Amino acid sequence: MLETLDLAYGYPGRTLGSGITLSLEPGEVLCLLGPNGSGKTTLFKTLLGLLPPLGGQVRLGGADLAGLPRRAVARRIAFLPQSHTVHFPYRVRDVVLMGRAAQIGLFATPAAADRAAADAALESVGIAHLAGRSYAEVSGGERQLALVARALAQGAPVLVMDEPTASLDFGNQVRVLQRVRQLRDAGHSIVLSTHDPAQAHALADRVALLRPGGLAALGPPARVATAQALAALYGVPVAVERLAAAGTVAVVPRL
Amino acid sequence: MTAGLLSRWRLSCWRLPALLPPLLLVLMLLLAFGLGAFAISPADLARAVWARLSGGDSGLAPAVETVIWQIRLPRVLAAVLVGAALASAGAAYQAMFRNPLVSPDLLGVSAGASLGAILGIVLSLPVLAIQGLAFLGGLAAVALVYGVAAAVRGQDPLLFLVLAGIAVGALLSAAISLLKVLADPYDQLPAITYWLLGSLAAVTPEDAAALLPALLLGLLPLALLRWRMNLLTLGEEEARALGVETGPLRLVFIAGATLVTAAAVSVAGTVGWVGLLVPHVARLLVGPDFARLLPAAALLGAGFLLAVDTAARTLAAVEVPLGILTACCGAPFFLWLMASRPRGWA
Repeated sequence: MLETLDLAYGYPGRTLGSGITLSLEPGEVLCLLGPNGSGKTTLFKTLLGLLPPLGGQVRLGGADLAGLPRRAVARRIAFLPQSHTVHFPYRVRDVVLMGRAAQIGLFATPAAADRAAADAALESVGIAHLAGRSYAEVSGGERQLALVARALAQGAPVLVMDEPTASLDFGNQVRVLQRVRQLRDAGHSIVLSTHDPAQAHALADRVALLRPGGLAALGPPARVATAQALAALYGVPVAVERLAAAGTVAVVPRL
Repeated sequence: MTAGLLSRWRLSCWRLPALLPPLLLVLMLLLAFGLGAFAISPADLARAVWARLSGGDSGLAPAVETVIWQIRLPRVLAAVLVGAALASAGAAYQAMFRNPLVSPDLLGVSAGASLGAILGIVLSLPVLAIQGLAFLGGLAAVALVYGVAAAVRGQDPLLFLVLAGIAVGALLSAAISLLKVLADPYDQLPAITYWLLGSLAAVTPEDAAALLPALLLGLLPLALLRWRMNLLTLGEEEARALGVETGPLRLVFIAGATLVTAAAVSVAGTVGWVGLLVPHVARLLVGPDFARLLPAAALLGAGFLLAVDTAARTLAAVEVPLGILTACCGAPFFLWLMASRPRGWA
């Protein structure tokens, strides 16, 4: 799938992190935790080939990502950007349909098959009823679900999600995370960043702790996202407690 | 049964606004051919057109034929082409720069094209060379504006685009003023001044004919890549993540829209507001999908400029410059639009 070899990322003249070697397995959820400014979004953009690596390589299906045309990349990796807006009053269906760009010929417009794929994607994330609504006017949670639908319409096996639950209310966070789990169960590989370490425990197969400069740790959540590690990462005291009754892990700050 | 009827009714409702631009254009064509110092009835017009198509005799007085084919047709054709050109270029720029306030005027394209064209006039060059200079001037202006705004890359890229457009526009106006000072005050200066206000009064059949190839050449990439344009409105990174090679695509769109603007400017002078206003109205009618927006904007722009030009030659004893009329309807409409839609520009 997607792998990095000794990757350095950042902007020209300003390296944010280096020495990143990881590989994403099929059907795996990799959760990226890190404080503001640790370069999560920049790392994602480098993974997607939107920023050139400052060192090392991103490899997609065994090939160097830098040498692939955008269309070939888009057929294998879908990106869900953070806090998304559109500048024109597109309908939700239009936005989802744009996910088909990599499948549609250069001079063509979406065919019946593309519309069917977009409608099926809307149906599968449970927002078919919003298809005709203006994308700018639906709620933040519904927009995030529409982006998930767009990624599904794109038909890529790897999904990169930049803080998919940012600025969502509690219910919408849970709804988006439920979709993420469904996507994993359907065989997608997912990389997502979050500010909530509990999400990593609930959802991730592996967790990567990102600090300024590079990876602090990489591994299963129970081993990596510990109280000590999280306290060191964020610089505040943290308690990680297993809630036996609910079968989940709670991560709470010690105020 | 009921559901089928309902969906058919919805479909027709959806189509009704889309039918408005072509209907308006047809109406304006009838008015533009009919109105003037020598009025021509729609029946006479139909007879003349039928005679041309069938090769028979129209039975109309030769003077009527002359007015239709020699006097009105070149001007109507030029107005249709210039209006369609400015409106489609405006729609393209707005989508490309993800900003409903962008227009050929704001990006400095019109000023750059004007400078090129005026240079051509001062040097007494042929029409085709004037078009070429206008294209180069427009392209240089948009490249400068976009380049400066991209280099600054501040918090608000939109604000920088607007500010860069204002600064470059001021610079180009200064250069135009310099050319006016240098021009022959008896022969060239009045021509330049009148031309800067925008007019189709002096349009010749050759002008209209020279406009057509440039317009088609510029519109071709916009029409072929019409659906892809939607992806550019998402912004550089997102469009690339969706599989779009944004660099070449943007270049093709800018070249096409600039060529179309330059062709219009080289024939009609600077006619402001069309490129800003008409795409807005078209978007209100058919929505933002560029595949539907482009034809709607082109038809609506053609109808609008035809109406304005007809008013320009019939309102008063003297010709009213087009730029004055488009500003007079454009500016109030724009202010109304701004006041009535505080968020989410249509």
